[in-house]
Amino acid sequence: MQTNRTMEILVGGFLLIGLVALFFLAMNVSNLSRGVAGEAYRVTARFDNVGSLTERAKVTIAGVRIGRVERIEYDSKTFEAVVTLALDNRYNALPDDTFAKIYTAGLLGEQYVGLEPGGGESNLKEGDEIAFTQSALVLEEMIGQFLFSKAEEKSDDVF
Amino acid sequence: MLNRIAELGAAGLGVLQGLGRGLLLLPAILAGTLAMLARPRLLIRQLYSVGVMTLIIIAVSGTFVGMVLSLQGHYILSQFSAEEALGVMVAASLVRELGPVVTALLFAGRAGSALTAEIGLMKATEQLSGLEMMAVNPIHRVLTPRFWAGFISLPLLAAVFSALGVLGGWFVGVGLLGVDDGAYWTQMTYKIDFQGDILNGVIKSVVFGFVCTWIALYQGYDATPTSEGVGQATTRTVVQSSLVVLGLDFILTALMFGE
Repeated sequence: MQTNRTMEILVGGFLLIGLVALFFLAMNVSNLSRGVAGEAYRVTARFDNVGSLTERAKVTIAGVRIGRVERIEYDSKTFEAVVTLALDNRYNALPDDTFAKIYTAGLLGEQYVGLEPGGGESNLKEGDEIAFTQSALVLEEMIGQFLFSKAEEKSDDVF
Repeated sequence: MLNRIAELGAAGLGVLQGLGRGLLLLPAILAGTLAMLARPRLLIRQLYSVGVMTLIIIAVSGTFVGMVLSLQGHYILSQFSAEEALGVMVAASLVRELGPVVTALLFAGRAGSALTAEIGLMKATEQLSGLEMMAVNPIHRVLTPRFWAGFISLPLLAAVFSALGVLGGWFVGVGLLGVDDGAYWTQMTYKIDFQGDILNGVIKSVVFGFVCTWIALYQGYDATPTSEGVGQATTRTVVQSSLVVLGLDFILTALMFGE
């Protein structure tokens, strides 16, 4: 009887340890503890070029993460990318002339959306569109422009 | 010449017959579930020998795998001065791949082989026939609790493996190599998705638990009832489980993470 009891306690302990490990993985390792999906509001923004922005990329304001990119679609009428941003409901006081810009984290890091608040009277609401946007910097384009301007300088010297 | 072809044909038919017997064994095992639930003590005894006894090796391996991952990852990441990504690297490789796969391999070696040897020996010493003589279904009485014990244990063991691996990686990365504590955890929680990474890892380990236990039980039940036959069956369990786990892992990874 005593051995049975020890065995039951050990099995119970094993199940408990397994469940605690699962809980630890869910809460401390994954993004479950910082979910914004439920209590979020969505706004859209149109960009000429989103670069390598991906879904689930972060959305920051003043460097603080306040949401994530939910969907990226292509509008075949205006030839623009339509990006849906899911923003945390706690930060629902963004002016309606907020500026959205695609940044790169570090030199080769991933891309994310940075918001810069404007000075408008009313606030962005669910379904609104951010009017002022700036596209991602594409490295090839920058290098191309740089080479082009260099070439121009050279040709100025000649004549 | 014709004899050679006949041998090949016999070998092929033997493999097919084995697969068929294994497939037929599964519904017979599952049919005993209700009867087992009426006597939960049978399941608890098997959870003890399959789960609790495997816990130590899983815990130790998980910790050391996490520590080694952290050492190697730090060496590579520091060349790009991206040490902050260490937590993501350790956690992603553990939760997605190493946790389920290494746990399943260790499980096949530690628990699967023991299951096969035990059942094979019961068959060789005619204990299974004895049960049948007493009108007790040996599949329901012996195999079903062992099957459920393996099925329940493996996902929990894999979770323990991954969790301890993350902690082991934290100990080496943050404690010994001087990676920032906050960066280790926050980068990890930013990048590891609950559904995409953790749940898929759990699904993997559930599949592996199912397959590993099934192979072990079938090999034991189907073993030639001699001491040599039981030995061969035990070897087959470990070899087949390992191969099936690695093959299935590739397929599951392609389905889950491939785009």
